[in-house]
Amino acid sequence: MQPFRRLEGIAAPLPMVNVDTDKIIPAHWLKTIKRTGLGVGLFETLRYREDGSENPDFVLNREPWRRARILIAGENFGCGSSREHAPWALLDFGIRCVIAPSFADIFFNNCFKNGILPIVLPRETVDALMAEAETSPEPVFTIDLERQLILRPSGNAPVRFEVDPFKRHCLLEGLDDIGLTLKKAHEIEAYEEALRREKPWLFRPAA
Amino acid sequence: MSGPRTLFEKIWDSHVIEEQEDGTCLLYIDRHLVHEVTSPQAFEGLRQSGRRVRRPDATLAVPDHNLPTTDRSKGIADETSRIQVETLQKNCAEFGIPLFDALDIRQGIVHVIGPEQGFTLPGTTIVCGDSHTSTHGAFGALAFGIGTSEVEHVLATQTLLQKRPKTMRIRVEGELPLGVTAKDVILAIIGKIGTAGGTGHVIEYAGEVVRGLSMEGRMTVCNMSIEAGARAGLVAPDDKTYAYLAGRPMAPKGALWEQAVAYWRTLPSDEGARYDREVVLDASEIEPLVTWGTSPQDVAPISGRVPDPAAETDPQRRAAMERALAYMGLEPGTPIAEIRIDTVFIGSCTNGRIEDLRAVAKIVEGRRVAPHVRALVVPGSGLVKHQAEEEGIDRILLDAGFEWREPGCSMCLAMNPDKLSPGERCASTSNRNFEGRQGKGGRTHLVSPAMAAAAAIEGRFTDVREFL
Ligand code: SF4
Repeated sequence: MQPFRRLEGIAAPLPMVNVDTDKIIPAHWLKTIKRTGLGVGLFETLRYREDGSENPDFVLNREPWRRARILIAGENFGCGSSREHAPWALLDFGIRCVIAPSFADIFFNNCFKNGILPIVLPRETVDALMAEAETSPEPVFTIDLERQLILRPSGNAPVRFEVDPFKRHCLLEGLDDIGLTLKKAHEIEAYEEALRREKPWLFRPAA
Repeated sequence: MSGPRTLFEKIWDSHVIEEQEDGTCLLYIDRHLVHEVTSPQAFEGLRQSGRRVRRPDATLAVPDHNLPTTDRSKGIADETSRIQVETLQKNCAEFGIPLFDALDIRQGIVHVIGPEQGFTLPGTTIVCGDSHTSTHGAFGALAFGIGTSEVEHVLATQTLLQKRPKTMRIRVEGELPLGVTAKDVILAIIGKIGTAGGTGHVIEYAGEVVRGLSMEGRMTVCNMSIEAGARAGLVAPDDKTYAYLAGRPMAPKGALWEQAVAYWRTLPSDEGARYDREVVLDASEIEPLVTWGTSPQDVAPISGRVPDPAAETDPQRRAAMERALAYMGLEPGTPIAEIRIDTVFIGSCTNGRIEDLRAVAKIVEGRRVAPHVRALVVPGSGLVKHQAEEEGIDRILLDAGFEWREPGCSMCLAMNPDKLSPGERCASTSNRNFEGRQGKGGRTHLVSPAMAAAAAIEGRFTDVREFL
């Protein structure tokens, strides 16, 4: 995984609540067996018109936001399915940070596994940042994960954000969870041994 | 020793291998279900790093999302769908994972076959790269959906890194009125707490009504926990649970069964156990429900009307309502019972089990589907289909004008050829009414199987109680 330390980029405002994973990436894109190439399908129904041409009203089709690396959205972002294709599509488009008042749990988790930083902030703060992203001539924000700060184009006071320390560590170092967990092979084995004694029925699902 | 504990806490505590200082837990996973959509990249990851599957015996795979529901013997016409299903076959062969393939009678929707086979057991941790894994919580298991990176993590290590979620108890007390089903109960709950109401929580469903539900009904309720934003939903196991599981192919037998049941009986929440949040619903107030919008929280009783966004004060929410109504092609104030439908879809992991098909048959027996309505029944598994045929349910449905299909996810998410066309309006027993969920531009109204059956007959939404 690519480490995430400091991200400087344009932020796009998406003032919608309950943006679900079907909206982020519709189901027909899920037939892929790869992780890449999903960027074109990102927000497909919002981004393209019936004839396949770009919808000029959608924020990610407009300058400067079509170069966005950060997304600022309404509450409960990423609700719905567990499809990791949602963060893959964001990543493939170039977005590495999503800011919202709240996220759905599975999506939130999936982001970290892919080097995307989801940031939860109070609604008023999100609204203020969204307004800046909307109105600044060059809405470039800097996300400093080391210092847990968002630097704003307006030059207003930076916004501090919270992040789970372990997840932050993994993002900063670009660590692979599986590698970390495999270091605990002994503990897992010991647990399994005890499990075999205490709940032997779990080991015999006669297929 | 600890004080009184909840069902969730008992399961959680007994699965923590190690807890880090910041509260991140290494959690052991007892059961892992795999389907074709969310697993290819996980297997590819294993291959690239030279890793093996730690416990193939605790893993079960099935294709469900991409399969056509018409004649299977001809294979899959859509190339990308076919490749995805073949990839699952290859991966299962390479990594030694048991697979119920497309033509196996045990094939079905992953959340239908787990319980059906007795793979799903009380007190276990169960995961799948699918958000509706919460279904298995009906058996008193901690079951939750994960992303593909986590699928790979479980395949390689049989564990997950997780933070302890919060707990919520939702009690549904009183008596359910006639014609009101498990589906209406969960829709009522989501309507009350909202689609983010359960975020960060594991919900335990309790109370008289939940105790009274069949295992199928409990699965319907737990299934849609994710639509309330919850990590998982569960119900304490009881004699109904054990009766359902006894004799299932993968459930323990003989002395092991006795030992397992003795353990399962220790699982229900202790008297005085505390929850971070409690919600109580009065069952007598629940009516048959229909969703009017594009979020499962957008529910209205069949006697109600489409709401007016002008009454909503929060601008973002008002915008969401306006957008939903525009998408759904509905005017504020329209009586729900005046909404005409084009299509009926009976199926999915929410309502594709035998009891659901029986409920539909009961309503439509001796009646005809309205001439302008296309009505589809897609059983949740091959075994559900077989049982329905044994009971003559297929005949009743076919005689009424329904199509009787092969098992799978089908029109629940339209990855196979079963799709709505733009503007087509569907009464669906599935779980999501998001824009485009059942096909681009398709309009989904979520309802119970009985309500969907009644709508099929009338060609519009109608109060199922008039049919009883
Ligand atoms: S039936 Fe629908 S919700 Fe259930 S697993 Fe299949 S696609 Fe997902």
